[in-house]
Amino acid sequence: MLSEHRERSSTARVIPPARPRKLAKVPFVELADGRLQGVVSSGSDVERVYVSSVAAGNYEFACSTNNNRPCGGAYGAFCKHIRSLISEAVVQYGAERVGRYLKVDGEDAQSITAAMDLTSPAQGGNTAAAPVFSRFLHHLAYLELAPTTAPLPEMQWFPPTRAVV
Amino acid sequence: MRADLLVETVAGLDEALGVVDAFDRALVAGLLRPQADGLFELADAVAGTPLAARVAEAAEKAAAGAAGEEHFVALAAARTALLGSVHDALVLRVEEATGRARGEEPPQVVGDRSAVNLLAAARSWLADLARSGWRGIDHDVVSGADQVISAMLKEPGLRRLATLLDGFVAELAASCPGASLDRVPERRWADLWSRAMLLTQPGAADVSPTATATGRLLPLGVDVHEHPTAAQAQVHAVFEPEDGSTPRLVRASVSVPKPDTILGAGIWQLLRPHMSLLAAISEGRSMTLTQMPITAEGDLIWNDEQARQGEPADAFTTARVALPTATTPVTAALDRHPARIAVPVFLEGYSSTKDTFTLAGQNLAVDTDRVPVAGPLTPEAVAASSACIGLLRWDAGVFSVQPLAVETTVRKKAVAVHAGAWAGGTTDKAGAKAEKAATDAAALLRERAGRLLRR
Repeated sequence: MLSEHRERSSTARVIPPARPRKLAKVPFVELADGRLQGVVSSGSDVERVYVSSVAAGNYEFACSTNNNRPCGGAYGAFCKHIRSLISEAVVQYGAERVGRYLKVDGEDAQSITAAMDLTSPAQGGNTAAAPVFSRFLHHLAYLELAPTTAPLPEMQWFPPTRAVV
Repeated sequence: MRADLLVETVAGLDEALGVVDAFDRALVAGLLRPQADGLFELADAVAGTPLAARVAEAAEKAAAGAAGEEHFVALAAARTALLGSVHDALVLRVEEATGRARGEEPPQVVGDRSAVNLLAAARSWLADLARSGWRGIDHDVVSGADQVISAMLKEPGLRRLATLLDGFVAELAASCPGASLDRVPERRWADLWSRAMLLTQPGAADVSPTATATGRLLPLGVDVHEHPTAAQAQVHAVFEPEDGSTPRLVRASVSVPKPDTILGAGIWQLLRPHMSLLAAISEGRSMTLTQMPITAEGDLIWNDEQARQGEPADAFTTARVALPTATTPVTAALDRHPARIAVPVFLEGYSSTKDTFTLAGQNLAVDTDRVPVAGPLTPEAVAASSACIGLLRWDAGVFSVQPLAVETTVRKKAVAVHAGAWAGGTTDKAGAKAEKAATDAAALLRERAGRLLRR
């Protein structure tokens, strides 16, 4: 019955709603391109941000500044930026969705991080840093798009949902 | 309202939807090596219409795995026409149930034919998508739309298609690879695909105002729509023309693209500065309109300069007194689809649970999931309510009512609770907290944008 409903529904919810979170430490996080990736603010320099990522499946990780300098903390193990990235991803998407995407079991950020730590994941190169940073800029650019009072009838297909992930 | 009429079978509905479902199954596997049955069923269904020849040809080509873009457009048009007929049958039923008259048939408008290059790029991507099928999507296919969406978002005239594609692509991206999907939202994605395909026709998305509205606007409630990177607030209201002509139902909308981390109260904050009507809603006021542009479909093209604050107006009084006398606008041909049905209704004298109202022995489903979280209306308040202003909708074979506001009893006192009460701002404790969090999030993003974007 339920599956029938989903397949015959014009307004089936496909993406669970993101949950609001504080953005100061981690302004951007996403599950995309087979990675948990995002941008983490530097604790000491407002001009600097770190681009951090963890790959799904093998948990290969990378962390560098947006100017492509390697993160000093990310040698042989997850740095604090990657740990923050994981916790904020869990706030935004829920542990279940983050765990499923990364292919790791864990009921909260701590257990997800610990489970990945245990496998001693490899450190990857910083090739993803530029595209991730550019996705962050693209994300910020939405703030600059003008609102309109012309109706968007297509938005009828996108109802909100109260469902909690 | 005659709820009994809403549960009766609509003649021909199952047959029409059966054809839609067959076509939608073809899109699951993709049109490179299609399951041809669904294509021919669709062609047969429109055989008696002006679309007949083009759709028959399109079905032939597609069945052979040799369809070009124009053939995909023809198939999308046939599916849209079929769902248009479903819409018309359902709306007729709604009119019988509400007892309200319909407004005038909107004229055919020939739209603006600009930005054809971007439209062509979108069409080409949609054709690739149809060839892949939902089971064949991967990150390469899906990300093919990114550049065209970014370019279209910057063109105000292309906002409809851009916003639709942006939401659609986010869903597809979250569902990659299609081969490992548990279940496919077949009707939904086929809806979004066909709508987008039609909107790539130059002029199809044009919604020019055809008249102006001068008179009193009495709000009934606010409906919110959102996907990760866009939000729209749509106010449903009764408009009483100053010249004393028949009152009519109208809508006023404001929408904006947004980063996906701006949510809940943050959406009200983005929209609020662009439509004074949202403040009027929170204050329980009417507004006076002077020469406000309006489309034949009853959509006001809001401009704050053509509106001023009016007298206090209780939405429930409007619903009891003005709503029954108002005509319901007729939807333009291209926009007719069951998902578009959102008809304001007033219900009372029912017994209720969280998901059902029982009216004169008939059960009507209540869709509280559509009630936005950034507001005081909760499923509990709906379940305890005695009167309700809502939108009558239809999806997956059944009518339901989406509550916009209810009258209920809180600590032995009768109160009205509105889903859109926080639209213009709030002093409610939970609301103020959500507002503060949203303000901080937006400020942080703007600060980051200021530092990083224009380097």
